[in-house]
Formats: sequence, C-alpha cells, structure tokens
Amino acid sequence: MSDEKPAEQIRTRIWLEEPEPDNPFATRAAYCHGYDVYGAMLGQARWVEMLYLLFRGDAPTPAQSELLEAVAVALANPGPRDPSVHAAMCGGVGGSTAAASLIAALAVGAGQLSGGRELLLSMEAWHSCGMDLDAWQRRMTAPGDDTASIWPTPEHPPGFDPHGVTTTTIVKQTIACLAAMSTGPRLPWLEENLSSLEAAAGCPLAMSGVAAAAFSDLGFSPEQGEMLFLLLRLPGAAAHALEQWKYGHKKFPFFKIELESDSEEVK
Amino acid sequence: MNGPELLQQHADCLKSRMGGCFPGERAVFRGHDLHVELKDMDWVELYVFGITGRRFTREQLRLMHAIWVYTSYPDARIWNNRVAALAGSARSTGTLGVAAALAVSEASIYGRGIDIKAVEFIITTRKELDNGAELADCVQKELKKHRGIAGFGRPLASGDERIAPIMALARSLGLDQGPHLRLAFTVNEFLLSGRWRLGMNFGAIAAALGADLGLSTREYYLFVFPAFLAGMPPCFIESAQQPEGTLFPLSCGHILYEGAQKRAWNPSQSKP
Repeated sequence: MSDEKPAEQIRTRIWLEEPEPDNPFATRAAYCHGYDVYGAMLGQARWVEMLYLLFRGDAPTPAQSELLEAVAVALANPGPRDPSVHAAMCGGVGGSTAAASLIAALAVGAGQLSGGRELLLSMEAWHSCGMDLDAWQRRMTAPGDDTASIWPTPEHPPGFDPHGVTTTTIVKQTIACLAAMSTGPRLPWLEENLSSLEAAAGCPLAMSGVAAAAFSDLGFSPEQGEMLFLLLRLPGAAAHALEQWKYGHKKFPFFKIELESDSEEVK
Repeated sequence: MNGPELLQQHADCLKSRMGGCFPGERAVFRGHDLHVELKDMDWVELYVFGITGRRFTREQLRLMHAIWVYTSYPDARIWNNRVAALAGSARSTGTLGVAAALAVSEASIYGRGIDIKAVEFIITTRKELDNGAELADCVQKELKKHRGIAGFGRPLASGDERIAPIMALARSLGLDQGPHLRLAFTVNEFLLSGRWRLGMNFGAIAAALGADLGLSTREYYLFVFPAFLAGMPPCFIESAQQPEGTLFPLSCGHILYEGAQKRAWNPSQSKP
C-alpha cells in the first residue's frame, strides 16, 4: 500500500489517530485534544470529563466536572410525558429500529418548546444579557425576529414554560443544586433573580432555562449547548422506547379522534 | 385560556380538520374519503393537496414534478446523498439512511434552509415593489440582513444546469410569465449588473415558480421537502452492493490533525 499523503483530508483540532504499522485504516493510538484516550484516559477519566474535553478542547476542573455531571443527571430523562420521549416510545412500541426511536426523540426534542432550539435561544439570551436584569426585560419585550427560517417564530421566551403556573419543584431543586456547585456567575444570579425574570417572561422558568444557565457557566457556546442538550436527554428516550416494546402496543395510548370537518371544501 | 387548563382541554383527544383513519371502514384526508374521492390522484397531487388543501391544474402539477425531478442527483459525494450512501456501506437500513439524508437536506447553505429564505425574499420583495418600493432598496436590505440573497450564488459551482430545462418546461406549460418568476429574473439582472457576482441558481427559480403557483412560504418549504429524495436510494443501493465499508474509507492519513500537542492526562483532574 502507498504511504503517499491522500489527496483529500479531513481537518480536525479534536482527534489524532496513529495507524497500526500493518494497516493505515486501523488505530494504534487515538488522542483527544492531545490526551491519549486509550493509553491514559481510559479507566481514569470520567464520562463527563471526556464530554467536556471533546467540546471545549481542555480538560475540565473538578468543579466543572461535578457541575456537568449534575446537569447530565438532571437532563437524562425528561420522562414519558415529554414530547421527545413520547416520540421515542412511538418508535419503541411499534418495534421500530433503535436508531429510529432515537431519531424520533431528537427530531421532536429539537424544537423551541423544551427542545434543543429552545436551549440555543436561551443561551443566546444569556450571552447577550448576562446578569443585567434590565437587559433581560428589554429582550423579553422586544419584537421577535421575523426572518424566514426553517424554525417557526418563537411563541414564548426561551427557557420558560408557556403552560406553567409556578416554578416547579424539580426546577427549583435543580437550580438550588446547580447554583451551589456553580463554576460561574449565572446560576447563582438566576437563583437570586428568579422571580424577577419570571415576572418579565410572564411564565415560570423551565428546565431548559436552568440547563442554559449551567452550560453558559461551563463556557459552552449556544451551539455546543444545543448539541449537549440533545445528547444528554437521549438516555431516558432510549429506556422508555425499549420499555414500551416490552409492554406492547395494546397498552400504549392511541387516543380518540374528533374530525372537526368531515367534508372540507376543496378550494 | 392558557396554562394547565389549555392542556387539559386537549388531553386524550385529537381534534383534527386534516383527517383520520377508521380501520376497516375508511380513511379521511382533509375531509375527503381517500379511497373514493381521492383515489385517482397521483402522489404529488395528493402531497400538495395535503399541504395546501387546494387542487392544482395538470400543467401546474407537471411543473411541480419537474422541480423534484431536476434536483435529484444520484451522486454519493453530495453531502446529503453521502449520508444515504454511508448508511448502505455501513450496512444500516435503507429507511434510516434515506431519512437521515433528507433531514440533512435541511441545511443552512443549501436545501431547505435556502429554499425558505428564497421564497420569502421573492414573495416579500414583490409585495414591497407593489407598494412602491425600489428594487435596489429591497436588494440592499436583504444583502445587509443576510450577507447574501438566497437563490442567488451557489456553493461549489457558478452556472446552474437546472435553469434551462425548468424554464423550457415552464414555457411549454404556459407558466413562465408569473410575476414572481419575472421578478427573479429582474433581480438577477440587477445583481449581475452590480459588483456582487451573484448569479441566479435553481433555488430562486423554483421558489419563484412555487410562489406563482400560489404557495405560501411555509407551503413551499414543505412542498420541496422531498426535492432531493429520488437521488438518494441509488446512492444507498450502490454502496450497499459494494463490499462493506468501502465507501470513502478514511485511513489515519486522511485525518489532518491541527490541534493541541500530545500531553499527559493529569490524574488530579480525574475522579478519585
């Protein structure tokens, strides 16, 4: 086989692979941002350290690892009422492929209501407003962006629950836990100013809003936060999809239907 | 009504104007019995009826077919098609590969992300011109807002081989004189006469034709969803027929590493 440099190459700052001497397509050693993954990290590094390293390019501090681990636990299972998990269960109950169930969870959980897009928009708000309450209030009352996009026009302030009444206990518990572990200023500020922010938003904070503050404190960009949010919510979707396959379709809701018009006029 | 009351009102029941399935009896599609009233529709006609609730002429449907036909390239190098092909090579399923390839087609620099901006620009600009605006101002505003105009300019290439055949067909069908299509050509002339070097591509033409067919921005966005679809199964099939793992195999030498130097993992950073 030729040792010539290939004509086409993929550029990366993340990953270096060294080949086995007998096979350029087989890996002898892999380095993630300079760290020997299988020779040094394996058995030593935690999953969240690897996660942080992949996105941020440097190993996290112990405090950052603890915070990311706590966020990952908080997000791991949105529960079967969540639309993304519901979608995954629709895959699982019919015996769709594992990937299809996860794709369903990702697609439904990508949106602007408790999804990845909401997380991104919420992080953009954190990056823009920081800890300036007036800036938050101005942003929430400003007219929305009317640029045509594959995404629909936002219908509520990102990171808040448009159907909520008061801050849920689990959101309060998550804020309290994460704020106490915080590696940045946003989580403590969020805890302190929660009522003012919710008054400006006109609805209570959602879990996505807490995650957005945590990811911002961890130094992630909105785009990185969106990816992490999608990723970290998949375990619950996967488990619930598998569970519904075991239960069987006769125990899964099909719901009744009411046709509002049985003879829509053809225009 | 809002909050939990609103959610409660919608619990356990689907209220739909779109349709429903009554197993063993009938299927209702936008108020019509699918197997009686709509049984003779061709697939594109049904698809567009599902999006709009409207019926289209034979000529209009012919044009819609062509918009899809002319954008289906079975070239596995193209990023979205490559996903379908990689699925075949990695011995995944055809549905997963093609579904992922279609999802990938909702991209920022091509596909659905451009389509929706292109049709929005052409519809909005036409309205603004009708209200007395100047074309130069509309173009400048769009360029300032997006640093480009969707449907004008094309990654990887300059000319667009799809324009001549779609325009020839539109002419033969008598569908080449719509106001949005004429506007697209006017914008093209304006841009080419300036310093922008943004030649019109198929995205602008198709968007203008769609707008002239009466499709709204959101209707057009959904209409073009399968635009690249027909090119994807061939990519999947061919790679699935080749020895596994042989589509664009990457050796370690294919990876050009530009990151941090090798460094020691600090045990103090790790879990005790």
